Amino acid sequence: MSTDLVIKVGGAAGQGLQTIGVALAKTFKKSGFNVFATQFYLSRVRGGHNTFQVRVSDEPIRAMTEKVDILIALDEESIEEQIEEMTDGVIIFDNDVIKINNNTDTNNGLFFHVPMLKIAKDVCGNKIYSNSVASGAALGLMCFEFDYLAKVLTEAFKKKGEEIIDNNIKAARAGYDYARDNYPSGCKFTVSEPSEDDGRMLIAGNDAVGLGALAAGVQFLAAYPMTPSTGVMTYVAANADDFNVVVEQAEDEIAALNMVLGASFAGARAMTTTSGGGFSLMAEALGLAGITETPAVIFLSQRPGPATGLPTMTEQGDLQFVLTAAQGEFPRCVLAPGTPDDCFYLTAEAFNIADKYQIPVFVMSDQYLADSLFTCERFVPSKVTIERHLMSDEELAEKGEYKRYEITQTGISPRAIPGQAGSLVAVDSDEHNEFGHIDQTIENRILMNEKRMKKLELLREEIEPPRLYGPKDAQITLVGWGSTYGPLVEVVNTLINEGHSVNHLHFTHVFPLPVESISDVLGNSEKIVCVENNATGQFAKLLECETGVKIAEKVLRSDGKPYSPESIIRELREKEVI
Amino acid sequence: MVSVDDYGEFETEWCPGCGNFMILKALKRALAELGRSPDEVLLTSGIGQSSKLPHYLKCNLFNGLHGRSLPPAIGAKVANHELTVLAVTGDGDCYGEGGNHFLHNVRRNPNITLIVHDNQIYGLTKGQASPTSEPGMKTKVQTHGVFNTPLNPLSLAISLDCSFVSRGFAGDVSHLTELIKKAIQHKGFSLVDVLQPCVSFNKLNTFSWYSERVYRMEEEGDGYDPGDRVKAFERSLEWGERIPLGVFYVNEKPTFEDHLDVLRSGPLVSNKADPKKVDELLDRFI
Repeated sequence: MSTDLVIKVGGAAGQGLQTIGVALAKTFKKSGFNVFATQFYLSRVRGGHNTFQVRVSDEPIRAMTEKVDILIALDEESIEEQIEEMTDGVIIFDNDVIKINNNTDTNNGLFFHVPMLKIAKDVCGNKIYSNSVASGAALGLMCFEFDYLAKVLTEAFKKKGEEIIDNNIKAARAGYDYARDNYPSGCKFTVSEPSEDDGRMLIAGNDAVGLGALAAGVQFLAAYPMTPSTGVMTYVAANADDFNVVVEQAEDEIAALNMVLGASFAGARAMTTTSGGGFSLMAEALGLAGITETPAVIFLSQRPGPATGLPTMTEQGDLQFVLTAAQGEFPRCVLAPGTPDDCFYLTAEAFNIADKYQIPVFVMSDQYLADSLFTCERFVPSKVTIERHLMSDEELAEKGEYKRYEITQTGISPRAIPGQAGSLVAVDSDEHNEFGHIDQTIENRILMNEKRMKKLELLREEIEPPRLYGPKDAQITLVGWGSTYGPLVEVVNTLINEGHSVNHLHFTHVFPLPVESISDVLGNSEKIVCVENNATGQFAKLLECETGVKIAEKVLRSDGKPYSPESIIRELREKEVI
Repeated sequence: MVSVDDYGEFETEWCPGCGNFMILKALKRALAELGRSPDEVLLTSGIGQSSKLPHYLKCNLFNGLHGRSLPPAIGAKVANHELTVLAVTGDGDCYGEGGNHFLHNVRRNPNITLIVHDNQIYGLTKGQASPTSEPGMKTKVQTHGVFNTPLNPLSLAISLDCSFVSRGFAGDVSHLTELIKKAIQHKGFSLVDVLQPCVSFNKLNTFSWYSERVYRMEEEGDGYDPGDRVKAFERSLEWGERIPLGVFYVNEKPTFEDHLDVLRSGPLVSNKADPKKVDELLDRFI
């Protein structure tokens, strides 16, 4: 890597960190760099200490590193909190706004005073442009081609008119020039010449899930807003009119999933979006989906619990809950994207699995994946197929009398919808017979339970095997699921460069597990280490339960923060794995 | 022509003499007289003796969870608004466990008919108080007698500006049939609260107790206007010596579905999606 820079913006909620951060991320991305951006925020509308950081590299990246090269500090706290992370970096701050500690030596090249407020007022007559001054100053320190930022600002403020666009560009340019003229050593972080715009995307996990749902032809989304899942709901809502989708904000999560089941029963592709606390309320309706065999897609974006926990932070702590939520036994499927591509394609796949097997299917994300911005190849919508597995009117007419729960070899009953070709469709939360009517006889119970559970075995045979990254026969295998993919890939790259024999086995299809293919891969490894963003190694438990493979070594984290590659490597060293 | 016979005849799990039989009879008659064929009718229900009703007539049915008859009804109605959707529920199911859904669906105003079998007792769990139980009613749980203020479904619905509010009596099938017909025909959320004596557990509000008190509002000859919300509210508070039956309040307003432009071209379920359409959205992330 010739370029690997981290720019961090720190300040209180409401100060516009995200505006600066997103503008910078887009600017680097436009010039052809790989960008990864992530945010750390508190559960409040204004105030508190939040950060938005952007990592720029000329190689693919999907994780944040721990060093900071440029810190744009919008408040005192940012300096206090982040100063330790500065390697050979520069802190950009406005001395007219932030009074830093008298004992702090500002003449050591670490601090660079940019009078953002004053510049904004002088150039545009309004202090609100000081954020653009800051963005410009950061780029000035890198002697980065200014035009890319101008393009991004033009796009960002397109709706607000020419004057606003011009002022933002003027302010940014002034910040840029100020940095180039006043920073003593000049062009401190010169980056290699940017390549041309390459058609790749800069996208957050939540938007990618929303796009996946739209590509899959979602028709109804009912949800109750809950961080960090709300982004999917708002993305679908923003495009609902163009895609013939009804989005309803339910009175509670109980209603949300029950509405989804009603819509799905009546033939619509339907989903809900939630987080752990909301899903707790949905557990009852999950069982209803199970026994009524009604397809449903549940997007669950995890955050640390229990109860309200750390509402804006990240964790992979809900897996065991999702696997067993609701009373009784019934088949379900759990998918966990690790990248934005996964978010897109897996969400679409979730709908097909739900429809084919007539079961609830989870797409489990987390705050880290939901809110981070990734550079990735443009998705290919034509790769998405819509497989509804519904009976045609002709098939239904041939059947004569329709039985919603007809016993079949596979356990999957042909599915018709109410109002179709004069047939009647009956579903019931009670144990029911083939017609959907209440039947409490033991014989029937055995028959129906077997029918439902059979589907799980068929699904297990069809489920995709885990993805191996790195050499096939490595001595050390790092096992992960969902959002740890990015950091773990980087860990593997780093360790291989250091001469270690290591690979990464990543699970996007978390339940049911394709038992045989896992044993094949893990059988070769001398050391298996599970890396999970939770306190107990929930996936390791599942893996052992399903395959008998016991993972003795675990790297776990549950402080609300995502993994950095450095933190994983540190722990691997401490545990003497490497 | 649709006849009552098209809705079939089934063995039930109800107690002999239960008010539910009359409600079933009235509902079948109403659907047949309106010419709705069973395949275009969807009944959703929750849990309780009332909620078994959909199993006892031929139609599409979604028998869901306790208190949750309304959310699946909304979902199904949005998915296919050409279906005639009715939610069948009881006082515990609708006003207790499902209270929140009741409130918010009155606000949503979908074109759905809600029939509440209101027997002022929990029947299926064998005789505990319900949200509409009379103060003083003693049960095995409410050993000192009920002291919570009973919920008045009609006043509550009117206060929320519900688009159609009515009350029937299981002991008056022909009147109830007409009410259900009006409710189905009304475009919007229609409440039919049905006084339904529970012959096994409610020894207070019996058939004869009701028969002595109920009266049909339209027969009073006082020119009662269901368009007057304040008057409707007043009427809804009348309980005791005399108990009014009939349509309390009607308020024509746009339905939930009317606000959903995407339904104009036809039912949601008949739309075909094309994944490639998403391609145009991807440019925004470049």
